[in-house]
Amino acid sequence: METNNQRLLHTFAALADLGEQIANTADFEEMLRSSFHLLLGSVAIRRGAVAQYDRQRDTLRIVSSRGLEPAPDTDFSITRDHAQALAILGSSLTVSEATSEATRLMTEHPEMFTASEIQILLPLVVHDRLIGVVLLGEKASGEKFSDEDLATLSALARHIAVGINSHHLLGEVKRKAEENQRLYEGLRKIYRETVHAFAAAIDIKDRYTQGHSVRVGKYSEVIAREMGWSDDEVEGITIAGYLHDIGKLIVDLSVINSPERFSAKDSKEMSRHPSAGYEILSPISHPYADIPLMARYHHERMDGNGYPDGLKGDEIPTGARIVTLADSFDAMTTDRPYRKKLPLEDVLVDFRANTGTQFDPQVVSAFCRAFLNELEGKRERRLLNLLNRNYDNVERVSPMLTQMLVDLGEPALATAH
Amino acid sequence: MSDLSQDSSIEARRVGDAAIIYASDYLNKLSGERIERECKRQLESGRRALIINFRDTELVNSIGVSILVGVIDAAEQNTAQLIFSEMNNHTAELFQMLGLTRHVSLAASEAEALSLVSASPTVSEGLLECGDQSPLSKR
Repeated sequence: METNNQRLLHTFAALADLGEQIANTADFEEMLRSSFHLLLGSVAIRRGAVAQYDRQRDTLRIVSSRGLEPAPDTDFSITRDHAQALAILGSSLTVSEATSEATRLMTEHPEMFTASEIQILLPLVVHDRLIGVVLLGEKASGEKFSDEDLATLSALARHIAVGINSHHLLGEVKRKAEENQRLYEGLRKIYRETVHAFAAAIDIKDRYTQGHSVRVGKYSEVIAREMGWSDDEVEGITIAGYLHDIGKLIVDLSVINSPERFSAKDSKEMSRHPSAGYEILSPISHPYADIPLMARYHHERMDGNGYPDGLKGDEIPTGARIVTLADSFDAMTTDRPYRKKLPLEDVLVDFRANTGTQFDPQVVSAFCRAFLNELEGKRERRLLNLLNRNYDNVERVSPMLTQMLVDLGEPALATAH
Repeated sequence: MSDLSQDSSIEARRVGDAAIIYASDYLNKLSGERIERECKRQLESGRRALIINFRDTELVNSIGVSILVGVIDAAEQNTAQLIFSEMNNHTAELFQMLGLTRHVSLAASEAEALSLVSASPTVSEGLLECGDQSPLSKR
């Protein structure tokens, strides 16, 4: 085979192999090492190095080398002017220019390189910016570098430059993504803290229901988790629980704090709070879906006799149905000005009596399962920790919960307990 | 006396003070690095002649060339003789074109390669007289 053809084929093969190496984004060091080996092997060069340019520090850092004194990770300085000159030269420089750049670098850094160790320097340039340099020693053939050699090496070097640049860009994108994630987490934290503050503000207004909003949030969280909701959805409904009574902020203080049962007029005033809550929450961009709707519909009933819109069954968002049960549970298990807290058994009797009319059977089921699981030590004690403040011997309701699950059509679950 | 190759994926054997290392059909990064490791190991263990047998080699890519240049350097630094044997025409032309043949001895057969070792001043006299042709690995 003619030497020229052989050389051409060898170069083509090197370019094809280089494409494969550059595509290895998983291991940058290995990509660089292999690509550099390919470049050296394309013309059989005995020694050389690839150095990355750091424009902040005006340094070149050896990132891969073979047969040269400076080991990888060695830094050496380069003036901004020199870097700019190399960027302008790009990869279309002549042999004479590549040689004189090599000489210039060796002269500037006699401590790094021995005389004639580097014969040519190829700038690595992408979008007119210096990315790094390739330093190359003598050819195995002992011949001088030809224009043809330089064309081959420059073509390969361009690929390596793109590989390095892509790695930088990927790194930058990753850093930005991490920064955005941190910012996002920060914003979520601020959001959660703000919601907590709101919940506290709502509860402070009503001196008889202190801590109600936070407890409703926590009960809703337990039920939603039992229903298999995702972490994000669970967090969303917890927030919805915290904010479900935010509309009470516009209700007259004397009505809220009335020690008597509400009069018809007071009831009308109080019944404004779900719609008011919706109006307050709607303009806010919540990171979770449907929070305003959960506030609006937490007094709706499955039979359509609730308010403000008289929605029925599936027309009521599931989240709102969860908050409804959580809200009722907390209302019945805490003292009110007009009555004491109900015994737990009575609360469960109320749930059983109103399942399907006021409460969603699936939500009641989930509540019973969660309650039983906690009583049997199968779940973290969330409900129990809240209830134990007000009740002794909570375990006694286990048979009731089991029976309710049977009644709700979950005998297998009930038996398992 | 035998000295098994530590890399079971590479064929190598020792003949006196020389080590014969067999290149695979495609000399690329993976197989090239195996050869490089084996050559360096043989040099470190005192071999002063390395024969790389290319009888199975159909293709050598640029990384393979670069690795062989590294082996040439390592042999020179250890004042060891490096012989390439049984190259096909394509490989021989490639190595010649790239100048690798300036740094190594060439042999058409393994026997010729071994005879070149015996002629080398870097090999101790009488080495082959011992007739030590022990397998290093698969052979």
